[in-house]
Amino acid sequence: MSNDRPNIVSCDNGMALFAKLVTTLGNTTKTNEKLQALVDYFSVADSRDKVWVIALFTGRKPKRAVNSTLLAGWAMEVAGLPGWLFGESYHTVGDLAETIALLLPHKGTLLPAPQELVTHNLSYYLHTFIAIEKESEAIRKQFILQSWNEMDHAERFVFNKLITGNFRIGISQKMMVNALGKVVDFEPSVIAHHISGNWDPATLSFEDLLGSEATSTDHSKPYPFYLAYALEGGPGSLGDPSDWQAEWKWDGIRGQLIKRDGQLFVWSRGEELMTEKFIEYHALKDHLPDGIVLDGEIMPFDGELPLSFNVLQTRIGRKNVTKKQLVEAPVAFFCYDILEYEGNDIREWPLTERRLLIEKIIHELKHPVLRLSEIVSFSSWDELTAERQRSRDMGSEGLMLKRKLSSYQVGRKRGDWWKWKIDPMTIDAVMIYAQKGSGRRSNLYTDYTFAVKDGDQLVSFTKAYSGLTDKEFAQVDAFVKRNSIEKFGPVRTVKPELVFEIAFEGIAASNRHKSGVALRFPRISRWRKDKKPDEINTLADLKQMLVQYGK
Amino acid sequence: MALIEFTDKGLYCPAGRFYIDPWRPVERAIITHAHSDHARCGSNNYLSHRFTVPLMQLRMGPQNYQGIDWGETVHINGVAVTLFPAGHMIGSSQVRVEYKGETWVVSGDYKLEDDGISTAFEPVKCHTFISESTFGLPIYKWKPQAEIFLNIQDWVLKNQDAGKSSILLAYSLGKAQRVLPCLETVSERILAHGAIFNSQEALQAAGWKLPAVERVGIDTPKEHLKAAVVIAPPSADSSPWIRRFGPYSVGVCSGWMQVRGNMRRRNADAGFALSDHADWSGLLEAVKLTGAEKVFVTHGFQATFSRYLNEIGIEAAEVKTEFGDEDEGAVATPAEEEKSSNDEQ
Repeated sequence: MSNDRPNIVSCDNGMALFAKLVTTLGNTTKTNEKLQALVDYFSVADSRDKVWVIALFTGRKPKRAVNSTLLAGWAMEVAGLPGWLFGESYHTVGDLAETIALLLPHKGTLLPAPQELVTHNLSYYLHTFIAIEKESEAIRKQFILQSWNEMDHAERFVFNKLITGNFRIGISQKMMVNALGKVVDFEPSVIAHHISGNWDPATLSFEDLLGSEATSTDHSKPYPFYLAYALEGGPGSLGDPSDWQAEWKWDGIRGQLIKRDGQLFVWSRGEELMTEKFIEYHALKDHLPDGIVLDGEIMPFDGELPLSFNVLQTRIGRKNVTKKQLVEAPVAFFCYDILEYEGNDIREWPLTERRLLIEKIIHELKHPVLRLSEIVSFSSWDELTAERQRSRDMGSEGLMLKRKLSSYQVGRKRGDWWKWKIDPMTIDAVMIYAQKGSGRRSNLYTDYTFAVKDGDQLVSFTKAYSGLTDKEFAQVDAFVKRNSIEKFGPVRTVKPELVFEIAFEGIAASNRHKSGVALRFPRISRWRKDKKPDEINTLADLKQMLVQYGK
Repeated sequence: MALIEFTDKGLYCPAGRFYIDPWRPVERAIITHAHSDHARCGSNNYLSHRFTVPLMQLRMGPQNYQGIDWGETVHINGVAVTLFPAGHMIGSSQVRVEYKGETWVVSGDYKLEDDGISTAFEPVKCHTFISESTFGLPIYKWKPQAEIFLNIQDWVLKNQDAGKSSILLAYSLGKAQRVLPCLETVSERILAHGAIFNSQEALQAAGWKLPAVERVGIDTPKEHLKAAVVIAPPSADSSPWIRRFGPYSVGVCSGWMQVRGNMRRRNADAGFALSDHADWSGLLEAVKLTGAEKVFVTHGFQATFSRYLNEIGIEAAEVKTEFGDEDEGAVATPAEEEKSSNDEQ
């Protein structure tokens, strides 16, 4: 991307500007071009729109004024298409917002009476979503049709995306921070902190968020998480083992536990405020000192060993946690870092000092819910390599390696923190169903269901979406198209012929699946072209793994 | 006995004992157009529009070719065969077959918009129409060519400002010649990949006036490769050949670019939904203009399009052919493009 001429767009229509930004971000995979597109946008966009874009691209969702069913229904109505044809279109495009945008009649021809075509800012539409949330269906429909009528294709696409949720356009928090760093006068770590946490783009202005007077008055605000890269090829390259601290790597939900101004907050790594979901932690409010931020893992734990992540999953999806869930899926907080103490940001302290501090705090507190994440002691890399073999027995998924002098950094960084996971479990299975993917895999069969043998039957046990190269996906796609047996809506049953090795991180009993097991992070590790379908693993093999590793 | 039957060698007229676009070698083949999934080697006699003959020669070498004009009727074993323009590419034709008062039309590939080079589609009344359906879904709605050309020109100008080459991927036979006039107005020099240059030469030898292009070769001066405007076939994408133009931006000209996912999968920097096939409303319009009582739908979204025709009161059935490459729309994946060179990917 050349920097000689900023990509200034002469555009008084905020929605068109936003649509152009989304189009540009979607069309490039180059970080520099994405960054430049964001900088260009922030240099010209309306202030209220900017606040919304920061919110949307850091995972905040707008009010859902209309559900997908209604939206699709109105689109069919104005496009004059039968439901089945809309469905065929949807399965080819793989994205509801885009399908609707492609099917709607031309701008200005949607409504019977000619309308004056006005243009609006992004914030106008988002604020209207909030305003009409409780209105009658007729009023919401009128707003949607009116909006579609005044927009072109690209604007309709982003408008529909705002309603159907999920802007997945590959903007990391780091990139957002870097882009904002070019248009406002703050250090990246300060920007990251300001745009974290619990703020409402509907009420907060750009000035309040990032203007010269902006300060962090929100007590709930978490710090950006420091994330580790995977260690490839063993720790030998890290130098002197005595410079490093090792901990078990837990498979829970990364979280920050915050107490400020007498209030307790629990944040997940996804920057979701989850205080109400983990009521076990509420007792800590009376014990923790004020002005403290702890980093650790929200873990299912019954007092002895960590439980399977699957146990935790049964309660995080629920709005209200039931008594039964509290008994069956209790949680503790496995603490491994401290970022703020007595109201001061201590992320720059070396890890060893932060560690001493949490050890002291947690030992004094002696509360069963707040646990110290154990350090794994070792004196040589060989010794640590041997320790790592015990990971599964410890209920962990490997080791974390942290440089003893490391500060607590922002985002995913190489150098000071590494995760060194154990090899996944694997099983050979045959593909029996296929479905078209979405996004860049639209109109390609890329979502597969796999089965193991049970006598002469095949039993499906998992889906997997990733792990093949584009070229391999194309080959499997061609196979599916030529070897379909039956069609159930978007799903094809396929001749059981292709064998794949499925890797996964964990296994648990499940009564929701025919096979009786649920896998954690299943993915295709390789295509076993060397294997025939009768050489795959059996249901008995899976059950054996369940007995061995499923808790 | 039907006037045209669907056999394992292709569309067959038993009364006239000839095939239309057969995919196995036969005695007598009538060819709608020169793309490789319609014009295949090995038959003893080929009949096509005279514009198609040099293009077949280019691809298949010397054979028994017979070229005729549009509207000129040839009698084959008592069956009257007439060609009409299909608007898909130079020489592309619909085939009208008449016998004992019954008329069938085989569309081949077609589009309704006049692209300025392929001779505009001419609707032909018939009892039975055999239509393609490459883009037989309502999500496919093309913008007018003039508008797409403006988009392509904007993209080229932007690249030139940024000091980048513009590499436009377009089918070497058909699409490439169609987009040349649009490039000519924004660049004095247009570079062409060898495959496109060969098509160009064959057409020029046959008397076609086309904007000049310069063949890319080892002797191409280095300064010609910088911020160049290049036209290349889809298979050139992510090949070592393309690196010489760096820094560059890749634009893909294909109807499949209508859907974001296809564009992202191709990793194209720009996508232009410029197609040589009819879009959804084009297909519907063509079917209606023929006045046909019965429609057979071939390659593309045949199940969807035939079902819809039945719902709006036009009797239709789907037919499996070996045109295109797959069941529902030959959506290009890089792997497939390498091995096949059929139309519109």
